[in-house]
Amino acid sequence: MREWLLADTPESSFQAWAGRAYLGLGAFMKNRLAVLGLLIIVALIVIAVFAPVIAPYDPVETRIGNRLAPLSSTHYLGTDEMGRDIFSRIVWGSRLTLYVIGLVAIIAAPVGLLVGTVAGYFGGIVDMVLMRITDIILAFPKLILALAFVSALGPGIENAIIAIAITSWPPYARISRAETLTIRHSDFIKAVRLQGAGGLRIITGHIMPLCLSSLIVRVTLDMAGIILTSAGLGFLGLGAQPPCPEWGAMTAGGRAYIIDYWWLITMPGTAIFIVSLAFNLLGDGLREVLDPRGGN
Amino acid sequence: MAGNTPLLTVNDLSVVFPSPKGDVCAVNNLGFSMGREKIGIVGESGSGKSVTGRAVLGLLPPYARVTASDITFKGRNLLTCSEKQMRQIRGRQISMVMQDPKYSLNPVRTVGNQISEAYTIHHKAGKKQARQKTLDMLKAVRIRNPAQVYGLYPHEVSGGMGQRIMIAMMLIPEPSLLIADEPTSALDVTVQLQVLAILDDLVQERGMGLIFISHDLALVSSFCDRVIIMYGGQIMEVVDAVNLHKSNHPYTKGLLGCLPKIDGNPDHLPTLVRDEAWLKPPPKCFGRGTAL
Amino acid sequence: MISIENLNIFFGHGQTRSHAVKDVGFTVEKGESFGLVGESGSGKSTVLNCIAGLLTHWSGHMEIDGVRLTQTRDMAFYRKVQMVFQDPYGSLHPRHTIDRTLKEPVKIHRLGDANQRVAQVLEEVGLGAKFRFRFPHQLSGGQRQRVAVARALILDPEVILLDEPTSALDVSIQAEVLNLLQDIRKEKNLTYLLVSHDLAVVCHMCNRLLVMNRGKSVETLTRSQLKRGAISEKYTKQLLIASKGYDRTAIDQFQDFE
Repeated sequence: MREWLLADTPESSFQAWAGRAYLGLGAFMKNRLAVLGLLIIVALIVIAVFAPVIAPYDPVETRIGNRLAPLSSTHYLGTDEMGRDIFSRIVWGSRLTLYVIGLVAIIAAPVGLLVGTVAGYFGGIVDMVLMRITDIILAFPKLILALAFVSALGPGIENAIIAIAITSWPPYARISRAETLTIRHSDFIKAVRLQGAGGLRIITGHIMPLCLSSLIVRVTLDMAGIILTSAGLGFLGLGAQPPCPEWGAMTAGGRAYIIDYWWLITMPGTAIFIVSLAFNLLGDGLREVLDPRGGN
Repeated sequence: MAGNTPLLTVNDLSVVFPSPKGDVCAVNNLGFSMGREKIGIVGESGSGKSVTGRAVLGLLPPYARVTASDITFKGRNLLTCSEKQMRQIRGRQISMVMQDPKYSLNPVRTVGNQISEAYTIHHKAGKKQARQKTLDMLKAVRIRNPAQVYGLYPHEVSGGMGQRIMIAMMLIPEPSLLIADEPTSALDVTVQLQVLAILDDLVQERGMGLIFISHDLALVSSFCDRVIIMYGGQIMEVVDAVNLHKSNHPYTKGLLGCLPKIDGNPDHLPTLVRDEAWLKPPPKCFGRGTAL
Repeated sequence: MISIENLNIFFGHGQTRSHAVKDVGFTVEKGESFGLVGESGSGKSTVLNCIAGLLTHWSGHMEIDGVRLTQTRDMAFYRKVQMVFQDPYGSLHPRHTIDRTLKEPVKIHRLGDANQRVAQVLEEVGLGAKFRFRFPHQLSGGQRQRVAVARALILDPEVILLDEPTSALDVSIQAEVLNLLQDIRKEKNLTYLLVSHDLAVVCHMCNRLLVMNRGKSVETLTRSQLKRGAISEKYTKQLLIASKGYDRTAIDQFQDFE
């Protein structure tokens, strides 16, 4: 298997790619912290998928008689002010977290990539218009702009996602444009132009793959920020609405009890912290593997 | 040829670069000795010629394993010198000119400023004296208006001028040995020859030794006194430049043969057939290096 | 095959506008190999890029195979004219396998049976099937340049523009690539336009050449004129002396030409 992957003379495109991926994986595995980050994220995904099996209680069922119970063997992480099991709420909350970061990444990254590569490749007036729009959005503080969008669209998790996505694509556009500008005049782009390739083919087939690695790194590093923004919106009451078990909203709910019942705010806060950290570690590891400037 | 006491003697020099795929031996058991002369080191990319030059100066990255039984410069053993002593020798005694001046000059300081600094580091001199010395040196590398060039920034000068400035900067501490690593490869032919003529004159006037590292066999043979031919980290042969065309070594003959010539015939060029048997004694380590 | 008249190329606007190529003209017959020689800044590569359609700020008359060229080129042009670039490390897409790089032109022109074409062209440039699924970083400089030649050949062009195709290679590899280029030209009756700073390479490859200096044509020579030294311009004479190696006394007589 190893020999097949590392063959000097691959016999198919698939083998060539597999060999390349294998070498990348090997380099990635050497970075212990990045592997730890990846494991945490895999764990998050597993928890989200199997939430109904893992969570011992219904996350929204209230039992006033059992409110503010401390950590115990029946309620691992205690209960909140409504008597809901915090462990179950965090487990179910992982679904919301993944939902938010997944959708934001799917919306914002391609938009940024497209805007940046098109602006960089065509230049001139196209570049002017696209980059000035990008600048305008970049000029607003991210959370404030998201707040404005959510206030206009109405509170709710979907609107929060849209708001975060709208505010997070401009940095991706800037990165992709900068990459495109360095690639645009290289000989291999000239060569494919000389074969008669049009702008669309050059951008999607030749420029985008080269922008992708730095974009993936940036998106991964931004995941932490997205989690924090969505938690922030939840905290302000503009994201997920109660009784939704959203981590940010949970920390907001626990605010009033912070002195006497510390676990209400600490547990979801810790979850946010661990997942953000995991994404940062993963991002740094990916940068070493993917980013060509990190040395080969 | 090498004079009475050699300026530089190198014996059993080996350089190994560790890599994930096993150690790469860039230079293998290399030895030569030179006096105050122009000696050329010629080879293709990966032959270890640049690594040799850097190894003598102790300029290789720390992970490179450099071993030698002897590197003696003017009777001093460079192998036992501390980093501090090496710093004294580099620049003051041995200088190096690299291929591209644009990367070797600080872009935010004027060229005059940088040259006079090179002088004051190694000589106790006032600002005025250093400036005068710099202007003289710029004149020596045949820059027509030294006072004007003194105040220019590196991006404001052409490639040929930049390389002259580099040479001025390297020669102002009056070293006894200059190592020039492909100093003119990025320049046009005529400019290249003019820069070499300056080097040639300075070597003659000051009695310096010059190690000229290049891939261009024809140029080296017409410029240097002796030529070292390298292949795969080893010396194939050392010949007097005038006798190069009479060389019997198949590698030298191959290199000379595959050059297109204006008075040659326009049919097929002979190609070089490599023979691993040239690499003897059998190398201690495997693989061949690439130029740094 | 190629006919250029009064070609003028400008770079930049306003104050920084520079006249890179001044009234250059030459013709190349079908099946001929023609050289453009000059030092840096002579405009030789600019002329080549202009013919290829990579530059649009030009004026003058350019014809290929009797068809007048305009600022924009059509698909038929790209099938007829292809180019090989100087830097073998920069002219192949770093994330594409050789297979993908060679299939791209076949797809663009919808020629069909891509697999067969790729295999055949790799054979023609002496690489063979085992290099087909490698990435560029797994090839040496000479092998990459062979791939670049293969990419130019796969569309069966009639004209190949060569921009310093061997100046980044070792001399022994240069000899192999030059031999390959000559064999292919004879076999397919191609027309070459070769740009180089190296008089010896041009003399070896081309039967006629144009010497350029600072955007202007200096003179057109045939190979035999160059060999005999039947040169009328001082600039060309100086270039010829310089190409013969280091000669201390000759260098003192070098001058700058405007």
